[in-house]
Amino acid sequence: MELEIHVFHYLVVSTVMLFCGIYGFCTRKNLLAMLISVELMLNASNINFAVFNRYLFPGQLEGHFFSLFGIAIAAAETAVAIAIIINVYRNFNRVLTDDVSHMKG
Amino acid sequence: MMDLSLLDITFYATAAVIIVCSILAVTTGRIVRSATYLLFVLFGTGVIYSMLGYTYLGAVQLMVYAGGIVVLYIFSILLTRSSQTMRYRIGRGRLAAVLAATATGAVLVIFLLASQHFALVAIPQGVELPAREIGHAMIGSDKYQYVLPFEIVSVLLVACMIGAILIARRHK
Amino acid sequence: MEYTLYILLLPLLSFLILALTGMKWTHRAAGLFATGLLAVAALLSWTAVADYLALAPDATGVRPELLPFCFEWLPFGHGLGINLGLLIDAPSVLMLGVISTVSLMVHIYSLGYMKGERGFQRYYAFLGLFSFAMMGLVVAPGVFQMYLFWELVGVSSYLLIGFYYTRPAAIAASKKAFIVTRFADLGFLIGILIYGYYLGTFDFRPDPAALAAGGMMLPWALGLMFVGGAGKSAMLPLHIWLPDAMEGPTPVSALIHAATMVVAGVYQVARLFPLFVTYAPEVLHAIAWVGALTALYAAIVACVQTDIKRVLAFSTISQIGFMMVALGVCTSTDPHTGGLGYMASLFHLTTHALFKALLFLGAGSVIHAVHSNEMSAMGRLAGRMPLTHITFLIACLAIAGIPPFSGFFSKDEILTACFRYSPTIGWTMTGIAALTAFYMFRLYCRIFWGKASQETEHAHESPAVMTLPLLILAALTCVMGWVPFGTFISADGTPYEIHLDMQVALTSIAFAVVAIALALTFYLNGHSTVPTRIEKACPKLHQAAYRRFYFDEMWQFVTHRIIFGCLSTPIAWFDRHVIDRFMDFMAWSANAAGEELQPLQNGRVQTYMILFLGGIVALTIILLLAAEGMF
Repeated sequence: MELEIHVFHYLVVSTVMLFCGIYGFCTRKNLLAMLISVELMLNASNINFAVFNRYLFPGQLEGHFFSLFGIAIAAAETAVAIAIIINVYRNFNRVLTDDVSHMKG
Repeated sequence: MMDLSLLDITFYATAAVIIVCSILAVTTGRIVRSATYLLFVLFGTGVIYSMLGYTYLGAVQLMVYAGGIVVLYIFSILLTRSSQTMRYRIGRGRLAAVLAATATGAVLVIFLLASQHFALVAIPQGVELPAREIGHAMIGSDKYQYVLPFEIVSVLLVACMIGAILIARRHK
Repeated sequence: MEYTLYILLLPLLSFLILALTGMKWTHRAAGLFATGLLAVAALLSWTAVADYLALAPDATGVRPELLPFCFEWLPFGHGLGINLGLLIDAPSVLMLGVISTVSLMVHIYSLGYMKGERGFQRYYAFLGLFSFAMMGLVVAPGVFQMYLFWELVGVSSYLLIGFYYTRPAAIAASKKAFIVTRFADLGFLIGILIYGYYLGTFDFRPDPAALAAGGMMLPWALGLMFVGGAGKSAMLPLHIWLPDAMEGPTPVSALIHAATMVVAGVYQVARLFPLFVTYAPEVLHAIAWVGALTALYAAIVACVQTDIKRVLAFSTISQIGFMMVALGVCTSTDPHTGGLGYMASLFHLTTHALFKALLFLGAGSVIHAVHSNEMSAMGRLAGRMPLTHITFLIACLAIAGIPPFSGFFSKDEILTACFRYSPTIGWTMTGIAALTAFYMFRLYCRIFWGKASQETEHAHESPAVMTLPLLILAALTCVMGWVPFGTFISADGTPYEIHLDMQVALTSIAFAVVAIALALTFYLNGHSTVPTRIEKACPKLHQAAYRRFYFDEMWQFVTHRIIFGCLSTPIAWFDRHVIDRFMDFMAWSANAAGEELQPLQNGRVQTYMILFLGGIVALTIILLLAAEGMF
């Protein structure tokens, strides 16, 4: 079977997802909502890895494993971020960026 | 116009769901809905992985992301009463700037993609990557085998787990 | 003769060790250490002299030039490069002997003279540095190494003049010496550059092809180099630093400002002598006139000074003038016809180094006893300081040109060379020699005879460590004249038998005896009123001579009124108001830009993200347009 769904279409999907993530990251003030946007961006990049691997270098598995490890690392990142956010909530009773805008030691 | 196969229809439907849900996830005013839309996006991504033949990756996506992370989100949203803190005003100028920048960026990237001619390799559609091969690659230590990153990621996950517990712990 | 390298390295070692760790040493240990190292260096120098003289000369009697050590230190390309090394030939080995001898005497003498002084270790460290630099200067195989060490002796001279750095006069004198000689060295440097550019080498003996091509520029190069030599050797009008340099410790004056460093200019001209005489005879004769004028000027000024070290300083200037004249009157390199002056000059350099060091050390001994430099504080010291008295008398007789002391022989050769060149200059120099005899015996009488003063009552002879060098130098002064100098050194290297020209010798002896007699009648018993009456008769002249004919005032006028007033002030204004303002503006604008940009650094990740995104989008657009050929 010939290639039917062009790689371009996949990439359009991931691009839209990436820029949605960026938009959300810039506009949200709730930390959890920002984190959701970050997940969107990560996901978009994972799709790219998989697509490029599949269509450009089908004999190899680098992109596939990169996506796999990306997912694992995203999970780790989320766990730590949520722990921090819960700590912020304890201190300020809410989780807005305004509260944590000063990177003080 | 060529006739669409079932696979094509599935792809375009999934793509539409992903795009719509992505946009909604970052624009909706309610955070629980936002998390739900994210869940749909993640499901759609899993479907795409499967369509590419990476069913194992798709399964991981569904289990870890959709099953694990989103549940974590829901819990933390409830814990931090985030649904009450979504009411905020954002500057009109700032909004316009972000919108313009992201829209321009997206258009630019899509333009660049469209003007690229990828050296595509014809692949059999709908043939999945055997799990045995993945397993060998993941645990092997040869070239193009990934036992070292695998172990590093596992250590990282343990470290994150401990770190998350330490950070979230109530300080005395 | 590879060991000659150690002659240089030992004083350097002494300098390095004492300069780095000197404060941890006791005075005695530091002094003995430096003196010991220098004694070894002096022994090696004398061995070198003996070894060199033992070399078999060729058929014409010329001894070879040795180059025991040489390497290219700084290659410039096209065959031009700066060589560092040791050139051992008759003049350099002679100078090594003279310098190490005088330096050793001064080292020993200073053990007594500087006893208990603050900074004793520093003093010996600087002496070591100076000895190293001076010996490096004389063995230089090329003009650039000479320049390097030339500056190094300038530095050590500066450091030693300013040794008593708590005295404003010493600091002013050291700065004056440094600035004046540096100003003169500018000429030296330009001369060197012209020399190197046109001859393609910095060596003293360029190859004949290069000489034929670049010879027409040689008068300029040599003349400019002589400006440096004139500065170092205190020739008119650059002599003003030397009398002030007497602010340094007296042994230093003996070593640096009488015996060795100030004759560097003479040595420089002697080194370049074959080039001078062949390619720039007119410059050479100009040097003769400069020397004669300087000698005359300094002799007149020396007659009226009352500070004994100033008298000796002017006497030094005058004697260096003699050496310059001797070089300047040469017309060929053959010692039998026109090249006698070269030999006479180096001969006088040697004898003068010894007896002038003796005079300074004797004066130091006197100053040590009466704690003053002024003649009015002295008198009737002959009985109280017998050793100092007798050695000082020997030195005075030598400088006055009385046989059989060394000065007579060398001065006689100079006068012979002068008469051969022109009777005018010969008679002038004979007159100056008589003046020399007069002012030296005026000095001698005012110190050791005449009227006693309060200070002299407690004066007593200096310790043995100070009188021993005096005795050694006095002995050398007695015998040095009998050395057949001409067989070792002459302009072209061929041996020359010194024979006294009776007419010249008798004339000069007669002149000197008359002058000495005059000085003795004026000053011996201290009651003669003749000097005061002469002074009253022409007060203007006396005042002018006493104020050194206003040379310092003239330079003061030139530097302050003309250079500072007309040149530096506008430049300073430009610097302050244009350059500094521009710099201020740069600083201000950077500051203002920082102030403006500071709000961007607000700690909000989202703002950063927006800017980051905007930047990337803008860059992508620019790159895309560039790729499309829009720019």
